[in-house]
Amino acid sequence: MAKSIPELQGIAKRVRRDIVEMITAAKSGHPGGSLSAVEIVVELYFNHMRIDPANPKWADRDRFILSKGHAAPVLYSVMAERGYADAPKDKLNTLRQFGSVFQGHPDMRFIPSLEASTGSLGQGLSLGLGMALGSRLDARPSRFFVMLGDGEIQEGQIWEAAMAAPFHKVDNLVAIVDYNRIQLDGFVSDIMEVAPVAAKWREFAWHTVEIDGHDFAAIEAALAEAAATKGRPTCIVAHTIKGKGVSFMENNPKFHGVAPTQDECKLALQELN
Amino acid sequence: MPAQINTAKPKFEIKMGPSTREAFGRTVVELGRENRDVVVVDADLSKSTMTTYFAKEFPDRFFSCGIAEANMVGVGAGLAMVGKIPFIASFSVFVMNKGFEQMRIGAAYGRSNLKVVGTHSGITIGEDGPSQMSIEEISLACSLAGFVVMAPADENAAKALVRAAAAYNGPVFIRCGRPKAPVVYGTDQKFEIGKSIELAAGGDITLIANGLLVAQALLAADLLEAEGVSARVIDMHTVKPLDRDAIARAAAETGAIVVAEEHLVDGGLGVRVAQAVAESNPCVMEFVGIHDRYAESGHPDEMLEKYGLAARDIAAAARKALARKR
Repeated sequence: MAKSIPELQGIAKRVRRDIVEMITAAKSGHPGGSLSAVEIVVELYFNHMRIDPANPKWADRDRFILSKGHAAPVLYSVMAERGYADAPKDKLNTLRQFGSVFQGHPDMRFIPSLEASTGSLGQGLSLGLGMALGSRLDARPSRFFVMLGDGEIQEGQIWEAAMAAPFHKVDNLVAIVDYNRIQLDGFVSDIMEVAPVAAKWREFAWHTVEIDGHDFAAIEAALAEAAATKGRPTCIVAHTIKGKGVSFMENNPKFHGVAPTQDECKLALQELN
Repeated sequence: MPAQINTAKPKFEIKMGPSTREAFGRTVVELGRENRDVVVVDADLSKSTMTTYFAKEFPDRFFSCGIAEANMVGVGAGLAMVGKIPFIASFSVFVMNKGFEQMRIGAAYGRSNLKVVGTHSGITIGEDGPSQMSIEEISLACSLAGFVVMAPADENAAKALVRAAAAYNGPVFIRCGRPKAPVVYGTDQKFEIGKSIELAAGGDITLIANGLLVAQALLAADLLEAEGVSARVIDMHTVKPLDRDAIARAAAETGAIVVAEEHLVDGGLGVRVAQAVAESNPCVMEFVGIHDRYAESGHPDEMLEKYGLAARDIAAAARKALARKR
């Protein structure tokens, strides 16, 4: 049952509140890149992917790999909101604490419903490609969605996988670049320019779509286009705003990897009301 | 020193058999016939790793990654995560050094059922020289939490251990070699992951080896026997998990151990055996291996001789250990 855009926007707002609260409670974490990815992850888990949270190991499910694992809070919040029992909503604020299932980066040992343990950048697309190839061998309907950071695509392994996926003609694999233009040390264009991003993926023979990564209708359309594209993988270059939804975090490199203070958290939650 | 010369014991004779990489290539095809979930991932070395046999028979289950080992490891891990039994293969030096972090995240930490086969291991690859020689991958593989690490001595050992790897649920590294391997085992020999094989009984000293140096250790035992020394020879084909019981017994019963491996002495079989000895029955030990240097181009036998890995080097290490034992 498809969700309406206002419904999805409501979920996104709750997820943003979770992200701010979780990271504030943890006193460390990555708010900026979690907030930039909210609409995409919400759309995938609530509207697009064939999944069953009550049966998380269903063999024919679609799978999401958060290759930019430092954005774990957005995934944890969305999984909790979606009803995965091993990602309990009432424990979200234990993020990064000893004994919590909500580890600093996604860890399948603690949350088996996760599809990959990530955190070391550059590796998720290769994992997704392997899954896509294996699933195709078994003629399963599963599709595989890998979210990459724009800074992450500076890693060479991404381009090894980017070269391999069209060669193997996988059309059940979708790469989504969260193009928020900021990485740990500052603006991507100052650290190591990745532009032109879409042109690079096109040249690597991916069907490539550029969208506003905060526009649910655009995300939905891009995912539908990916599903309809046969014989090659799709890359969705999602233009996003780092720290989206919290005015003082938006486009602010400081909030790549710094937790808000209690006061900042209060301000942020007021804005997200 | 007890001089119990067992005159009935036949001397070990070098008879060359197929390489362990050839045995791997043939066995993975058999596994492919038996189980459609067995798949192979390669990085432009299928004619060398011998996965070319699999590629010919099962083209739809063979995935070429080009010269891109990091991606190859990730693709292999991904295949395992959807229920496949992937064998990924390259030269040891490439898959382990260029794919190490991907094995750490995708296979060790991610607990996937990945089978990594490194061929052209050690310095006996010969003519290609040090850039292609792997002398550190056992140490690296052992540092991947949860990995099983094995180094078969000959064709039959490789066949059996590749089969054991496929049957085992978890990440495995298997070290194979390029040159023809001296025959150590008959086809009826049983192999079990983590269970070493005593190839010669002996009470004065124990020679522990794996891979191609098992044959050298057997030759060394014959050299020692001619001097009245009774040497036990153990094939420690599994480096991890280690057969600690056999090591503790050897330490207690023979009181001296020589470990021989075609690998740097840093972090390989010798170090692991020494740890097991220290934790059980401390005894005199000597280590035959490569000491803090790289080799060069040449014939495999010339490599073993020059870099101190031949039977005579193992026998010399044994004499040194026996002198210290007294």
